[in-house]
Amino acid sequence: MTTPLPVRVLAAVGFAFVLLPFLGLLQRTPWSQLPSLVTRPDVRQALRLSILTSLAAMFLAIVLGVPLAWVLARTHIPGRSVARAIVTLPMVLPPVVGGAALLFALGRNGLVGQYLDDWFDIRLPFTTVAVVLAQTFVSMPFLVVTVEAALRSTDVRYEQAAATLGAGRWTTFRRVTLPSVAPSVLAGAVLCWARALGEFGATISFAGNLEGRTETVPLAIYIELQRDRDAAIAMSLVLVVISLVVLVALRDRWYRVQG
Amino acid sequence: MRRRLLALSVVLALVFVGVACGDDSDSNKADTTSTTQSTAAKDTLEGEIVVSAAASLTEAFDEIAKDFETAHPGVEVSPDYGPSSGLSDDILAGKPSDIFASADQTNMQKLVDGKAVDAGAPKVFARNRPEMAVPKGNPGGVKGLADFAKSDLDIGLCAADVPCGKFARQVLDQAGITPSVDTNEVDVKSLLGKIESNDLDLGMVYHTDVVAAGDQVEGIEIPDDQNVIAVYPIAALKDSKNQDVAEAFAAYVASPAAQSVLEKFGFLPPS
Repeated sequence: MTTPLPVRVLAAVGFAFVLLPFLGLLQRTPWSQLPSLVTRPDVRQALRLSILTSLAAMFLAIVLGVPLAWVLARTHIPGRSVARAIVTLPMVLPPVVGGAALLFALGRNGLVGQYLDDWFDIRLPFTTVAVVLAQTFVSMPFLVVTVEAALRSTDVRYEQAAATLGAGRWTTFRRVTLPSVAPSVLAGAVLCWARALGEFGATISFAGNLEGRTETVPLAIYIELQRDRDAAIAMSLVLVVISLVVLVALRDRWYRVQG
Repeated sequence: MRRRLLALSVVLALVFVGVACGDDSDSNKADTTSTTQSTAAKDTLEGEIVVSAAASLTEAFDEIAKDFETAHPGVEVSPDYGPSSGLSDDILAGKPSDIFASADQTNMQKLVDGKAVDAGAPKVFARNRPEMAVPKGNPGGVKGLADFAKSDLDIGLCAADVPCGKFARQVLDQAGITPSVDTNEVDVKSLLGKIESNDLDLGMVYHTDVVAAGDQVEGIEIPDDQNVIAVYPIAALKDSKNQDVAEAFAAYVASPAAQSVLEKFGFLPPS
């Protein structure tokens, strides 16, 4: 089928709208200084921290998010639709609100945080762990939504068949359910990771901003924008390239899965 | 098409008649409202101005802007608060604004160098003293500047390139103290928020911020010989589309009325 002209035109405008800011970024990129900027110790430190924390957030999201998706997709507990709304809330909430809420919950005077402090002498804010928690909070819904959709569309008869053949519930989950949604778990995990990598608002309000401990690349970009624009642009470019490579790889896989 | 034009001209004609009638009835009431009429007639200032002001000016400028609008009914003041460094960058990058009120000379000089402000335009209208800020009740038991070196306290400063971060570091450098910082916040308000919520034991902010924070934050004065007083310059921007209003606002900030508002919020007079 040929694409109608208005659709083509609007699609082109839509694409240009998304593309244009990136062209602006490329145009402002100080190409000759790029290698020295990207390898600057403070930039490398922020990059390393970002990659470590976003990977940790991704793993935490998988460990907690896949079971959560399963419960949301397969069980009929009361209040499930409310639970689903709550789980996806961080996707639509301003991240800075999420960060403040995390502080109210896990800060040293927080709902739970005060007991962590009193009983175990654990203080989460302003630590690298807080960065991971903030990223997980904001990015886990991307994984949950993806995996839940996949679980809903898989055929439960495979699981029933496994059960009739004598597999226990855990075995069925592990050997039948999980492999059937594995591509979606991967896709959701990558989306989740990309979102964690770009996390700013929740991180800065819950984890603060300190070089080497909590200053991830997005925070460093924000701070550097006021000091050294070139360094900020160089770091932005690195984030764009990493995200783009991952998303392209993800899209290929995505299409293969969906046919 | 022609019919639509006709309809439009009829509507326009009616509007004009309406305006004329309105004027008539106003002049009929002239004797009862003569005082307000005469001030309104003298006041030629009108239009909207955007005032880009340092975040520390938020409360004082909200009030000053309201007073200015009351004095000039045709004027609308839209304040835009943020870190001075971010505001000056935005203005140089072309963000529309009519006035810049900075929390330091450096960022004002950036606009002078960038030809956004005439060299003679900036006028100092207020000063501000850095102060130690602690949550209500001083849970960290802070006594003086030396406490900034304690690693068991949760300590925050503004980032090194925000004015409040510069002053704080200058004060600490001068005192020979290496602070054990847990977070470098992006601006003075976010730093204060974490002190207010008792998530930090100690920070350094302006005296005015301590005043604004109310009873959830306590200030501990820094002795004058260890302190670095901040200077606030204001200037109308050369690219302002409303030069008259912008300059009138800048002048108003220096007036006794505005100065008493600034004093109420904890600012020191310009000299």
